Amino acid sequence: MNNNDGFHASETHETYFGYLIDELGGPEAVDLKALDEINFAHDLGNGHAVVETRAPWGRPIARSIPTWGEEGKAAEKRMVTELTERVGPDRALKIADRDLNMGVFPNHVINDILAITVRTFYPTAPDLMTVRSWALAPVGEAPEARHRRLNNFLEFLGPGGFATPDDVEAIESAQRGYGSAKFAPWNDISRGMLRETPRGDDEAQMRAFWREWNRRMEGE
Amino acid sequence: MMAVQELGEVRQVAVPRSRVEYEDFLYLESALLDQWRLDEWYELFTPDSVYEVPTMGKGLEVQPDNALFYVADDYRRLSHRVTRLKKPTAHAEWPHSVTVRMISNFRIESADERGVHLACSFTTYRSKHHITDTYIGHIYYTLVDVDGDLRIRRKRVMLGMNSLQPPGKISIIL
Repeated sequence: MNNNDGFHASETHETYFGYLIDELGGPEAVDLKALDEINFAHDLGNGHAVVETRAPWGRPIARSIPTWGEEGKAAEKRMVTELTERVGPDRALKIADRDLNMGVFPNHVINDILAITVRTFYPTAPDLMTVRSWALAPVGEAPEARHRRLNNFLEFLGPGGFATPDDVEAIESAQRGYGSAKFAPWNDISRGMLRETPRGDDEAQMRAFWREWNRRMEGE
Repeated sequence: MMAVQELGEVRQVAVPRSRVEYEDFLYLESALLDQWRLDEWYELFTPDSVYEVPTMGKGLEVQPDNALFYVADDYRRLSHRVTRLKKPTAHAEWPHSVTVRMISNFRIESADERGVHLACSFTTYRSKHHITDTYIGHIYYTLVDVDGDLRIRRKRVMLGMNSLQPPGKISIIL
């Protein structure tokens, strides 16, 4: 996906976060500042990039939230222990604790966030795009874990959720804006350009995409 | 008609009213949604109610604890859906789209201790940004009498479509 950003969430998804934070017990129950300490963008080369953050939602594998109760906490512990034994503590932390939005050049996205979805994007006309979305689940998933994952998926990622319809609206609004490209044929994606380690809410991942696009399309 | 008892107590089998009474009630429900009177719409539901939209092509037996749905709201999440849709930050629906709901082909299917089960067909038009989207399908209701008033215990919308194109989303309540 050509332009994915880490800074739209708080505005575009205000209603989802309003719901989530309400469920978690209000703003004082969520330490957004501590969560924000993890906030990076990684250029993976060849146009691929990943944004690494921590959001206040729960991750089915494996970061529980208080609303998941003792059972959720115990499930998290089991999964993190198993991961740590299998891949070591550093990778286990990345797998279990970090929210990862990865763009695979040129038309593929893996959102490993409050559930995992794989999406493909096929432009079929200048103003039409076919988006397909799959939900990923582990083999042998426990019924409680499945219920949490399905709930997370439909609350946020699904087309009837509290978030994705607003993404669709934003993308369609942007598309209407691009109708004026003749008069403003550029898009400023310089945010965080001078920062040594780009943050997740910079635009390094977009530059990674467009540099590769340029290289392939124009030989630059 | 007997009042529904609290959960945990033995409920009696509901005795259906006449079909036209249910039709009047569901026309009111449609009108409240078309007029974006969402708080009043929410009051039509019982505290143990569900509002569900399974993915397309599934049978009526599908359950949200085992399959991915578009919407699987209990009463609590439904209240959050209403809250969300009243906010200017629900960008897909602010300003609100214009909607027209048509419901027909009502059939009282059965009655049991949960209530009266009723099916109907629906067409919902949603208009925004010079585009009118159409949602079609069947709705399965479980309706109960609560102190003489009809209430919704279950609303399950089975989309009669094989693709979410062109709308690409279900941002309204169907």
